[in-house]
Amino acid sequence: MEKLIEQFSFGLFFWQIVIFVGLVLLLKKYAWGPILKAVNDREEGIRKALESAESARKEMQNLQADNEKLLKEARAERDAMMKEAREVKDKMVADAKEQAQAEANKIIASAQASIESEKQAAVNDLKNKVAELSIEIAEKVVRQELSAKDKQIKLVEGMLDDVKLN
Amino acid sequence: MHRFLSHLYLSDMRREFTEKILVILFVLAPFFTWAQHESTETESGAESKREGIKAFIDHHLQDSHYFILTEDAEAGTHYGFPLPVILWDNGLKVFSSSRFHHGETVAEVDGNHYALYHNKIYKTDAEGTIEYDDHHHPVNAKPLDFSITKNVVTMLLVSLLMFLLFRGLANSYKKNNGIPAGVGRFFEPLVVFVRDEIAIPNIGEKNYKKYMSFLLTIFFFIWFLNLLGMTPLGVNVTGNIAVTFGLALITFLITTFTANKNYWGHIFWMPGVPKLMRVVLAPIEVLGMFIKPFSLMIRLYANMTAGHVVLMSIIGLMFLFKNWIGSSLSFGLAFALSILELLVAALQAYIFTMLSALYFGMANEEHHDDH
Amino acid sequence: MEIPTIVGAGLIVIGAGLGIGRIGGQAMDAIARQPEASGKIQTAMLIAAALIEGIGFAALFAA
Repeated sequence: MEKLIEQFSFGLFFWQIVIFVGLVLLLKKYAWGPILKAVNDREEGIRKALESAESARKEMQNLQADNEKLLKEARAERDAMMKEAREVKDKMVADAKEQAQAEANKIIASAQASIESEKQAAVNDLKNKVAELSIEIAEKVVRQELSAKDKQIKLVEGMLDDVKLN
Repeated sequence: MHRFLSHLYLSDMRREFTEKILVILFVLAPFFTWAQHESTETESGAESKREGIKAFIDHHLQDSHYFILTEDAEAGTHYGFPLPVILWDNGLKVFSSSRFHHGETVAEVDGNHYALYHNKIYKTDAEGTIEYDDHHHPVNAKPLDFSITKNVVTMLLVSLLMFLLFRGLANSYKKNNGIPAGVGRFFEPLVVFVRDEIAIPNIGEKNYKKYMSFLLTIFFFIWFLNLLGMTPLGVNVTGNIAVTFGLALITFLITTFTANKNYWGHIFWMPGVPKLMRVVLAPIEVLGMFIKPFSLMIRLYANMTAGHVVLMSIIGLMFLFKNWIGSSLSFGLAFALSILELLVAALQAYIFTMLSALYFGMANEEHHDDH
Repeated sequence: MEIPTIVGAGLIVIGAGLGIGRIGGQAMDAIARQPEASGKIQTAMLIAAALIEGIGFAALFAA
């Protein structure tokens, strides 16, 4: 210990303090300040870059999810539209069929009606012809028959009976 | 030798082995010749050599008024340059240390006579007589010595080096778009290391910024000085008690003047212990306040001094051994120790910085005992 | 019988050496067990070792 105290040199101590304090102050101003600032700035920059990359990645993910959703929606819409179209088509076909059926039925009905009326007319015509014929025949018969009086009355009576019977 | 060589070269299989042997032989060759040359020396010669090595180591560990690069003790010639001597002895006296002629003559300045004895300047009479007390300590008056000694020059050199290096690093950011260039690539990670591994964990994210300049400066200052001690310049700055005292004193002052209420509370009125214990603990804590920087001072001084002594002793052993085995073993040991010392140089700088940061952290600790 | 101080200093140095060795060993164990805490363990180890080392030096200088 005494050896240490003996070795102690106040001059060296003095210069050491002066040099060291001077060095700290000088380096603080010209070296450590700018160095630490530059390092900090760079680290901050790297941190920011990483953060923005991360947010970009997230955004990308969001975008992708959005795309997926849109695609899904579009697909669903398309499906719905196609379904609707199919329904419309089916309905149209059914409607057309129905209409055609009704039309056909109508035509058939009117045809039947006209046939009926034609038939009626023909029957009437025939009836008229038969009546005319019958009258002609009857006239001829009557003429022939009515040459005798009794015969005339008999005929009339017979005819009246027939009429009554009819 | 040549026949030996050609003989071995005959076999290709042994070529690799031969090369290894050759390398070892080349390394050892000087020891062979040296051992033969020295073997004629007498026992007493070895004894005086041992004393000489001891004196050399002692001399090397101390500060000096000369910057001696190398010397030839036998011829008495020195290769280096003298440094300015600045004395305060009833007025400032400035003169060149060359006037001491390496301690051989007395320097006369303004009618006062000064003599150099064991690297210290004493006031003497015209003949340079030094009187001793019973313990062989000089009793002559010692003027206040503010000389620019070898250690001061070394510190100035390191300061200049650091200033240029880190100023260059700082400037390279501006020129290079925020990226270090050149040597800075190596030092920037160290700066970040001091910040992330020493300052922030020990002081805390909140307060560390105001200590950064000190921590960075002291880390590189000690490290560079330690490394410079490993060079053949033969400087031993961090192994000087005045220097380590100065460094530890600055740490102590910073700790004391930036301490918060909580720190003083822990020293004088320790919370969470019985009242009687607080009274007992206060002086211990106050003592601890001084022991902390004291241990910083002693640790750095002792580590660096011990490293220099051991390394130089082992190098000295090379010159003491009279056979080539011992000397080459010493060489290997010295080589291994040098590598260890390189590690110690960085480790001591790290420990000094880290403990300083730890003390600053204690001084800034927030109150958190109520959990 | 007076024991030279250097013997005492030697004893303290042996003690300090054992202590630092133990700290180092235990720290190795701890790191092996929890490699993720190696930074904190290293710091604590160095501090403890530094404190013991201080005692060792104090003894050396007292001798």
